[in-house]
Amino acid sequence: MAEAAIELIGINKSFGAVRANRDIALEVPRGTIHGIIGENGAGKSTLMSILYGFYQADSGEIRVNGKPTAIKTPNDAIAVGIGMVHQHFMLVENFTVLENVILGAEGEPLLKKSIAKARSELQRLEREYGLEVDPDAIIEELPVGLQQRVEILKALYRGAEILILDEPTGVLTPAEADHLFRILQQLKDQGKTVVLITHKLREIMAITDNVSVMRQGTMVATRKTSETTVEELAELMVGRRVLLRVEKGDANPGDVKLLVKNLTVKDSRGVTMVDDVSFDVRAGEIVGIAGVAGNGQSELLEAISGIRKAVSGTVLLDNKAIDVTGNADPAELRDRGLAHVPEDRHHVGLVLSFEENENSILGYHDKPQYLKGPFLNLDAIQKDAQDKIAKYDIRPANPRLKTANFSGGNQQKIVLAREIEQDPGVLIVGQPTRGVDVGAIEFIHKRLIAMRDQGKAVLLVSVELDEIRSLSDRILVMFAGRIVGERGPEASEGEIGLLMAGVERKEAAE
Amino acid sequence: MSTPYAKLPAWADYGLIPLINLLVAFAVAGLVVLLVGENPFRAAVILIEGAFGSGQGIAYTLYYATNFIFTGLAVAVAFHCGLFNIGGEGQAYIAGLGVGVVALTFDSVLPWWLTFPLAILAAALMGALWALIPAYLQAKRGSHIVITTIMFNFIAASVMVYMLVNVLKPVGAMAPQTRQFLEGAQLPRLGWLLTELGLKVRPSVPLNVSFLLALLMALLVWVLIWRTKLGYEIRTFGFSPKAARYAGISASRITIVTMLISGALAGMMALNPILGDQHNVPLDFVSGAGFVGIAVALMGRSHPAGIVLAAILFGMLYQGGAELSFEMPDISRDMIVIIQGLVILFAGALENMFRPTIQSIFASLSPRSVGIAATKGERA
Repeated sequence: MAEAAIELIGINKSFGAVRANRDIALEVPRGTIHGIIGENGAGKSTLMSILYGFYQADSGEIRVNGKPTAIKTPNDAIAVGIGMVHQHFMLVENFTVLENVILGAEGEPLLKKSIAKARSELQRLEREYGLEVDPDAIIEELPVGLQQRVEILKALYRGAEILILDEPTGVLTPAEADHLFRILQQLKDQGKTVVLITHKLREIMAITDNVSVMRQGTMVATRKTSETTVEELAELMVGRRVLLRVEKGDANPGDVKLLVKNLTVKDSRGVTMVDDVSFDVRAGEIVGIAGVAGNGQSELLEAISGIRKAVSGTVLLDNKAIDVTGNADPAELRDRGLAHVPEDRHHVGLVLSFEENENSILGYHDKPQYLKGPFLNLDAIQKDAQDKIAKYDIRPANPRLKTANFSGGNQQKIVLAREIEQDPGVLIVGQPTRGVDVGAIEFIHKRLIAMRDQGKAVLLVSVELDEIRSLSDRILVMFAGRIVGERGPEASEGEIGLLMAGVERKEAAE
Repeated sequence: MSTPYAKLPAWADYGLIPLINLLVAFAVAGLVVLLVGENPFRAAVILIEGAFGSGQGIAYTLYYATNFIFTGLAVAVAFHCGLFNIGGEGQAYIAGLGVGVVALTFDSVLPWWLTFPLAILAAALMGALWALIPAYLQAKRGSHIVITTIMFNFIAASVMVYMLVNVLKPVGAMAPQTRQFLEGAQLPRLGWLLTELGLKVRPSVPLNVSFLLALLMALLVWVLIWRTKLGYEIRTFGFSPKAARYAGISASRITIVTMLISGALAGMMALNPILGDQHNVPLDFVSGAGFVGIAVALMGRSHPAGIVLAAILFGMLYQGGAELSFEMPDISRDMIVIIQGLVILFAGALENMFRPTIQSIFASLSPRSVGIAATKGERA
């Protein structure tokens, strides 16, 4: 093995009584790509934040290139050649690429010289690593994949020898992800060290040399990627055997429950996000909408569920119109049997500072069973929450606990339990397993299949292509606000990936 | 990670932290007293004795506290809805008009216990009305409610000067105020309550039945916020407007309804000085109670029980402060305002300054006491 670029010895970190990292040991050999996987809350991000100086470890030692190093702030990390590409980009949207790259490294009061220096340096980096970006482009006009490249350039410009990437492919198309991997490969060939944090097992297998698995704050194993399997890694992550593939019978589609015709939706800036979209969902089937985040799926869901006004088009629920262009009222749609599990459970689907039982009636709080005149029927609400907790195995089983104190998977179960237990005819689900641990994913998928088998219509939107492919009976692909294709569940990943990147549409136009 | 600091036990959250904040505020205030050349310990003794040392002092403290309970509740209800109602001052002032009209009309024909309910309605109605315009502008036009409610304070002040000088002042009178009310619009004083408890109180102390109304309102606000469907909707909207939209709660409806309630509560403050003490409508009878209400709501964590306690604290500062400036001539009325300002600064604006430290002390003392740890480990 080559000399270690990073060595972590006995790292401990607690937040109050929560031990986010316990006695972590990690060795990343120089010039390799090292994957770190684990469920949400396993402590990956904490560990990397310690390495990058956002947090300080309670105890333990960090060695960079063999030398014990104290990293107290991100500046210390940069000084020893560690760069980080965050999951959520830290870019000034209305600055140019060049301005973003020199931000914080301007060097002198007047910008002219440093800009000139940065320009030549950028050109060198672009040549060396295949990181082509127009230095004068404005960030907000660049696609996400290129914005990420700017983040990488930023780190390299500051002399990073060790690059940490936190969930880098969450926002990318499969093709963009492939390109990213080629860049990482190139970085590695030039002798840089890459640490890749992800929860996607396939990426680990495709690109890394070594992989370390974290579970509940501890480092449970480190393997050579070539000597391990997806199944072994999944089991290490969860601590038990996991079914990666959902088992389900054939669909038995019935009547059309939800019909969307020529729907067009604009966002608050007036940009058309959903462009003349038409499709239907029948009873007893799951229709999946695949697509890279930001291609109009969110706005589509919001329009159908009455949260966002559409510009034009019609939506029929059980053959009766929803006033999507006027005053569609989410409360009224619930009464008509349309349930909605929103993409953003933190800000939309739940009120995090509420007690669990208060969230278990959100949106259904004016149903007579939860009320006594103008007063809340607290006993009934508690009992109802208690029942759902038992049925959905929500942990901890305490309806009085603040919702923010539940893990992501359990929060999602709270939302699902609330929506499914009202026995809706149509269920709209956005990103049902985003930020949810593997064990809960299995549970949620089974619930969705069960809904389908009971003859409900399910509309599923997810950026996880695997999820769409394993759950859906029909797959619609959305790109730039339009449905660009429909495929069966047997379609290959490559085929759908091309559609997600908008390839077929361009060809058809030519 | 999402919870960098563990939660504190409730007694520390609601008892220890406010206490520490208060002590720091008084310590800094003590430094100011020292700068003026007076003995801060003696000043503290005078302040506290002036407020609680005699039946007379207690009566005045509670009289001032009555004002602050009403305005504190008004601010708190709006807080729960995510709205910052800075207009309590103006809403209470305009409500004085309603109280005055009811009193002038009925004081010669009705007994106080019939005038009082009518005056309550008039005060609530006028206060709510004065809050309605900013609420409507916020809900339908997006005009920021902080700006509009502040401006409505100035409008209220001008309107009241005009009304008192040009309309309500009896012909020939020198003072810009209404005529004295007859017995039918004078609220019974509560000094006898303190006498019953064995304290010495002169019959003229201003503490009156409005204090009981304030306590009743505190209870009703608690019921409203935590026990009714409307309160549920107010809290949902306050914590997360997006979640409220998702739940089918109309943003404009909930904004307007909440502000009406908030304005009505602020308006009821007018009853205390007008019907309970002055027995006329004078200029500037609100004298800052609307703004103190903001501090009271902040300090009381928008909870009615906390608001009653915080209101009594500020009542103490008002009453004890008056005694202090009397006993120590070097400490002027302005000094009292400085002390009040420091309390607001530390208890309100810098409320969380000591929290991280206290949390880490708690976490290191007894990991179990901070409670939430278990949820992290047990995942499905």
